[in-house]
Amino acid sequence: MHELAVCQALIDQVTGIASSRNAREVIEINVQIGPLSGVEPHLLQQAFSVASAGTLAEGAALNLTTMPVQVRCQQCHRVTTALPSRLVCGHCGDWRTRVVSGDDLLLTTVELSTAGIPSLTH
Amino acid sequence: MCNTCGCNVTHGNAHLLAPGAKLYRTDDGHESVSVLRHLLHENDRTAAHNRAHFDRHGVLAVNLMSSPGAGKTALLEATIDAIGRELSIAVIEGDLETENDAERIRRRGVHAIQITTGSACHLDAHMVHDALHQLDLSQFDIVFIENVGNLVCPAGFDLGQHHNVVLLSATEGDDKPAKYPVMFRAADLVLLSKCDLLPVLGDFRPEQARLHLQELASTAPVFEVSARSGAGLGAWVDWLLAGTAGLEHRPGRTDAAAPEPQNPAP
Repeated sequence: MHELAVCQALIDQVTGIASSRNAREVIEINVQIGPLSGVEPHLLQQAFSVASAGTLAEGAALNLTTMPVQVRCQQCHRVTTALPSRLVCGHCGDWRTRVVSGDDLLLTTVELSTAGIPSLTH
Repeated sequence: MCNTCGCNVTHGNAHLLAPGAKLYRTDDGHESVSVLRHLLHENDRTAAHNRAHFDRHGVLAVNLMSSPGAGKTALLEATIDAIGRELSIAVIEGDLETENDAERIRRRGVHAIQITTGSACHLDAHMVHDALHQLDLSQFDIVFIENVGNLVCPAGFDLGQHHNVVLLSATEGDDKPAKYPVMFRAADLVLLSKCDLLPVLGDFRPEQARLHLQELASTAPVFEVSARSGAGLGAWVDWLLAGTAGLEHRPGRTDAAAPEPQNPAP
């Protein structure tokens, strides 16, 4: 349910970038998302169509790249894939690990439609 | 300068227009902007601002999270009874509706601010920031933020707290950490609440809850507590006192041992 709030924050960021660059519209939004971010990709996608209506981001493609859950073991130092509910080392089984991927919630790039002319005056 | 034909592109600035660069635009009028920013960037900025406020006044900020009914308010009442004379406490209460929890806190003579979130299932840093405008932080040692009862949404939002404390009550399953890994990973301390009911219930095994926490690579301490019987509250209080001692208090502060009586309502 908090996906709507997260989505509104995303759209605020994106439309802020778009208007600062005098873009006519947002074509594409790319986001990296991990299972440990607590945000469900399909709910974020659903929220987007509602929250983007009437903004520069309306009609944009929201591409969500799901990141794998990976941990680095502090004992054997290997990086292994893990389950969100079980973040133990896949190699030696030790529980003392650090998440290196899977808690992402990152706006990576935005594609904008602009006037089509190289410009150095923003 | 001329933006029509591109004659303003020089050796000095051409790199800015390269693919992937800050001002890159394709011939068909598309511009690709690299952002690499957290989706909740604005929330995190406000949270950092809140934290700076707490730090400036040497106030320990504790965010209490749990499912509804795990005993957050009862824990606060017991905590006020235990250390309310030594330390000056304020509570920010988050609920979808009603001021019931804030009223319970105020009946203990402690300043409580209610945030009614309406349909929002969590507190965010902006809501807490607004609440802080109603608090004179120079008067307090600890601010508890009682989040909306929910094991999912509150975990995603930094409020500017120093510590997240997550309650898991004996009436819930001991596998809750495995079911809600995002929440329990965020915990700096886990309190197994209502532990006076453990002998009656029989099916909640604290060691099992600890094992599930360990499988989340959690290093958070786990205390068994009961707000009703008072069991385990000593360890919780010591943990809080260590937290306040770790903060640099406002110079010249002398009234911590004898707090002014708080107004019952804001």
